[in-house]
Amino acid sequence: MTKITFITSDNESITVEGHSGSVMQLAVQHGIKGIDGDCGGVCSCATCHVHVAEDYFEKTGQAGDIEKDMLEFEDNVSEFSRLSCQLEINDSLDGLVLTVAK
Amino acid sequence: MSESQTINQVCIIIGASHAGVNCAFALRKEGWEGQILVYDADPQLPYHRPPLSKGYLVSNEGFERNLLMPPEAYDRQRIILKLGTRVKSINRTIKSITLEDHSIQKYDKLILATGARPFIPAIPGIDQANNLFPMRTAQDALDIRNTFERIKTKRVLVIGGGYIGLETAASLRKLGAEVTLLERENRLLARVTAPEMSEYFRQLHTEKGVQIFTNKNVTAIQSKGEYNKVICDDQSIFKADMIVIGVGIRVNKALAEEAGLTVENGIKVDASARTSDQDIFAIGDCTYHFNPHYNCFLRLESVQNAVDQAKVAAAAISGKNPVYNTIPWFWSDQYDVKLQMVGLSNGYNQTIIRKEEGEGNRFSVWYFKDHTLLAVDAINNPKAYVLGTKFIKNQQKIDKSKLVDSSVAFKPQNLLVLQG
Repeated sequence: MTKITFITSDNESITVEGHSGSVMQLAVQHGIKGIDGDCGGVCSCATCHVHVAEDYFEKTGQAGDIEKDMLEFEDNVSEFSRLSCQLEINDSLDGLVLTVAK
Repeated sequence: MSESQTINQVCIIIGASHAGVNCAFALRKEGWEGQILVYDADPQLPYHRPPLSKGYLVSNEGFERNLLMPPEAYDRQRIILKLGTRVKSINRTIKSITLEDHSIQKYDKLILATGARPFIPAIPGIDQANNLFPMRTAQDALDIRNTFERIKTKRVLVIGGGYIGLETAASLRKLGAEVTLLERENRLLARVTAPEMSEYFRQLHTEKGVQIFTNKNVTAIQSKGEYNKVICDDQSIFKADMIVIGVGIRVNKALAEEAGLTVENGIKVDASARTSDQDIFAIGDCTYHFNPHYNCFLRLESVQNAVDQAKVAAAAISGKNPVYNTIPWFWSDQYDVKLQMVGLSNGYNQTIIRKEEGEGNRFSVWYFKDHTLLAVDAINNPKAYVLGTKFIKNQQKIDKSKLVDSSVAFKPQNLLVLQG
């Protein structure tokens, strides 16, 4: 099981566990506020924008090309922005901390 | 509404697809404490519909990945799914619904998320056709896949050149089918896009080996043993081992009509997704609703509309005063091409096509009515989609001469007409 912590816009910190699928799916399944994942995870809607905690950014890596284009003009984009539908859950992400973008 | 007020109440949702399920969860987020019962005739656990014609048809990942929510999420939120259960009628005077087995369930709030069903045209012979399927439900997708694997010769005929038809054609082509697609109009996607987009998709599918024929009006289907002969009004004949039909939908509005609710091109709702009955709401594909940005009533077949109206209805039921005001957006994936669309192009009088330099066929079609940007279709071009969304939302004026010039970098400050 991989533990992932989400910090919502209300500054609530929620830790959930998952073993497969995308981080967006995990968030939606647990009703994490601010992550909608409306397109179902095909990088088409940008409703799952998160900021990766700096220490973990090496593990998640940079956004892909399509993802970068989706994010470039987002409000509140940061150098650690990712679309969580593009983050596949695996052991290496254990302990990951994500701040849900406003 | 305080919790104590809703704790003994029942909210019934009819329809467990994107709209209904999202509404159930949104109600809990809004603090609805009472019972939530979700009915659907479809026996499957609620699933994402868009992938059915796309990834789901060609992947072996299984159905689980396609679920809207895992089963335990419903338990956690005390959302009771009544799947495989058809609702027969609504009795507004005693606020109840009647099920197929004549049992009655009372409600305090009722949400209609009845969606739509595939339109099957009355073509002579269509009822006897072999291996003919629409593409709307998980069962349809499964039937298409299983049949495709079973049939020896794999001639697939797709009737209808809209998104469902084209996506299904692309997926079946990927699986190795010999695909022919017939469209009644003189171009693909005639109802929803500019001719340039139609031509792009015609070329794309042709390059991928799909045979596309336009101006083909099917007038009869003859089943011949295992295969079908599909006959058009110009006397042309196509042989097909399997037929997929994607010629549009019909709104499921009978329940609402029989209950005496106001129904026009769909179930009519106000800005809070409320129908003509105070305690009944309608959301998703089945609604005829007002779009403030485009200043018109419309019906939309999209996930965005389903999900956003679900949130609006949940907020309204929880005593808030939400106003549904969004710019519609859509997407389609065919082969390795990503199409993203935002806005409504109805009434456009000019299109501007911007082709990006460099690798890949990346371009976008910008629909204008005079100086007002109405909609953008973006091919492999998320930047155009994102910027288009911003420009439409903010009603910004665009310098068309710069937009068309791909040497001008895609940045808001480069493309906007400075207001002065």
